[in-house]
Amino acid sequence: MGCIESLKYEKILPLGASFKECREYVEKNYPEVWYVEPGYKLFDEYIIGLPPIALGIEEGTKITFPYTKPCHGTYLLRIEGQEEVEHVRKTAKTKKPAGKIR
Amino acid sequence: MTDPLPSPEKAIIVLGCPEVPVQQALALYIASGLRDREDDVLVTGNPSVLGLLKVSDPKSVYITKTLVLETCIGEIVEKKRDCTLCIVFAHNDAAIAYAATLRHLLPESRFIVVVFGKDPEPLAAEINFPCETITEKAVHNPAQLKAKINKVLGWAVSRV
Repeated sequence: MGCIESLKYEKILPLGASFKECREYVEKNYPEVWYVEPGYKLFDEYIIGLPPIALGIEEGTKITFPYTKPCHGTYLLRIEGQEEVEHVRKTAKTKKPAGKIR
Repeated sequence: MTDPLPSPEKAIIVLGCPEVPVQQALALYIASGLRDREDDVLVTGNPSVLGLLKVSDPKSVYITKTLVLETCIGEIVEKKRDCTLCIVFAHNDAAIAYAATLRHLLPESRFIVVVFGKDPEPLAAEINFPCETITEKAVHNPAQLKAKINKVLGWAVSRV
């Protein structure tokens, strides 16, 4: 199992963000949005949360997703990873229809 | 709700961050009750909470199997582990998120979320997935929460 802390990431929303806030932020701000179920594996971690979990892709190489630490809560983070982007595009359950960013 | 457990159960007790004392006491209590019924009990949580339990139960009288939460979730995702009864302790948002995840991964299990802490009602209101909930304001004194757990699990009130 990997560790997010070992990866270079940016915090998009700080600790304490709710899952609804994370989902709405991703849906509002990303041109490409995919939905996955809890337990989906990304960057060698199982994604925790209330379904459906929204993942945002930008510039073709960056993924934004919610990440939960048991003692601290949830935050939205962004990590660069071309292979993971392709993995999401192939395996995520559904994609938000293309359209303007809200 | 009172719904006596069928026996034997294959149970997983999921613990959150150990900062609220009643959690560890009640985890030992539930594990003891399930062990009395000869149920197969696994306790999962972060290394800190598992360490606390191991210190409290050095001879593994009540808790014989433990697993770090991330590993446990991984095994459930990969269909290497399941259960018929899942009890999740939750006193913060993160624990509700873990509960939602486990509910999704264990759709056939009897699923109970114990919501506690200083202000459990708003947390309980976040639960929007099918489960039984036990909600009680409890930080240091487990008595009322224990009574509610007894009722939900169909255990005798006189149980010590």
